[in-house]
Amino acid sequence: MNYNWNWGIFLEASPDGTGSYLYTLFLGTRWTIAVSLTAWVAALVMGGVVGTLTTLPRRGWAMLGDAYIEFFRNIPLLVQMFLWFFVVPEIVPEVIGTWMKQTPNSSFWTAVVALAFFTSTRVAVQFRAGILSQARGQMMAAQALGMNMTQSYCYVILPMAFRIILPPLTSEFMNILKNSSVAMAVGLMELTAQTRAMQEFSFQVFEAFTVSTIIYIVINMVIVFGMRRLERWLAVPGFSIDRASEADLRGGA
Amino acid sequence: MEKDEKTGEKAPPMILLDKVGKFYGNFRVLSECSTQVAKGEVVVVCGPSGSGKSTLIKCVNGLEPFQEGEILVNGVSVGAASTDLPKLRSHVGMVFQNFELFPHMTILENLTIAQTKVIKRDKAEAEQRAAELLHRVGLHIHATRYPGQLSGGQQQRVAIARALAMDPICMLFDEPTSALDPEMISEVLDVMTELAQDGMTMMCVTHEMGFAKRVAHRVAFIDQGQIVEDVSKDEFFDHPRSERAAQFLSRILHH
Ligand SMILES: Nc1ncnc2c1ncn2[C@@H]1O[C@H](COP(=O)(O)OP(=O)(O)OP(=O)(O)O)[C@@H](O)[C@H]1O
Ligand SMILES: [Mg+2]
Repeated sequence: MNYNWNWGIFLEASPDGTGSYLYTLFLGTRWTIAVSLTAWVAALVMGGVVGTLTTLPRRGWAMLGDAYIEFFRNIPLLVQMFLWFFVVPEIVPEVIGTWMKQTPNSSFWTAVVALAFFTSTRVAVQFRAGILSQARGQMMAAQALGMNMTQSYCYVILPMAFRIILPPLTSEFMNILKNSSVAMAVGLMELTAQTRAMQEFSFQVFEAFTVSTIIYIVINMVIVFGMRRLERWLAVPGFSIDRASEADLRGGA
Repeated sequence: MEKDEKTGEKAPPMILLDKVGKFYGNFRVLSECSTQVAKGEVVVVCGPSGSGKSTLIKCVNGLEPFQEGEILVNGVSVGAASTDLPKLRSHVGMVFQNFELFPHMTILENLTIAQTKVIKRDKAEAEQRAAELLHRVGLHIHATRYPGQLSGGQQQRVAIARALAMDPICMLFDEPTSALDPEMISEVLDVMTELAQDGMTMMCVTHEMGFAKRVAHRVAFIDQGQIVEDVSKDEFFDHPRSERAAQFLSRILHH
């Protein structure tokens, strides 16, 4: 293989005129982080609501939640991205459709919406598992004290469910970061798109992908670290696996 | 079936069950269960495993829906669609076999959450009431700890205090000691005995026959979803009328 390694490429000017190739990748990274974070917050809220719905005693709500999960889980993410970008603006009333197409950063918002719906189904399934893993007894205890359904969920069931599902939520958070690269398909110049652009203009494919790989890994490590901190912070003293003390042991050894 | 107790002739009973029947799907769990608990009375409910004791006591505060008959708590119909069940439950205390403290809250928070959110007491007043009750069950030094850091017996005493914090008009117990190690049973029974002596109206599912002999006024014996015996304590222990109750007693007392 004849390949001219050239790590200096990152300091050379990129053809998009914004600065060096390194700066181009930085811009991509910024979009990647922005789209992932925004979609994650939305997915958490939507998934929390839908997951809770599926556990309600009212059949109607539960079925609605199940239908949502099945629908958004079973369509490939890339297809959903295209649907939101190309199809939805055409089938909604024209005023809304035009607004969707003309809104600034429409590919960013499309990516956020598609990622949020897709990921919220996975978050919802986690929430449901977390809620159901608490024996019916907790719900009964809350109700026996006179709490209504909303109070029982807000004060008793959900705070524990959230703690129980934190570890699987960490991997969903990491998934959304990785899945955000699909947004290049609707024209968002996020990290993967910028890496591809750099490769095409500079022909330094290895350097480009080495650096973007490292960036993805570093961001994911930050996520893992942050979520661990959150777990430690929320750990309930004396409740099952006390991850905090476990980590302390490992740290101290 | 007879309701010829000396108590409750004039004053309406605190808890009244009239021919209560319940199904899980097609499976009949309770049939024609009738009994009552007068104000200040302690009724022990016992019976073999699976006979429907937990189901019956959960019907009393509407945690389990029932299909037949009627239940009145302090004159309010539990089964009526118009009844505000959360409100009714807020002054009927309940203690569960597995304590069911809220693990992510401190002991103090466990005692104040329903006071502040359900009956809207202000925080200071709720904490004051909680502190009093923790004192009463001897656990005030643990107020800032979490349920997972307490022993089973301590947790159950906290659970009793949590129910009392709502100033209940009556208390329901579902096998409060059966998940406890033997050495912890008495600390919980002591709290319950004291409560009974203070005049609390209590309906207790329990197999602690010593407790029944000590504090119960009446004993109701359930078998296969039916109340087959509902008599005064002395009558139950000295002359059980039904064969099933006699068998049950001999098994449990000679155990
Ligand atoms: N959610 C449920 N769905 C279907 N059947 C149930 C349900 N809960 C209880 N049962 C059945 O109803 C019957 C009565 O149960 P219950 O828990 O009231 O008995 P119990 O007298 O409290 O028994 P134990 O001494 O074991 O606590 C049992 O046969 C049980 O299998
Ligand atoms: Mg039971």
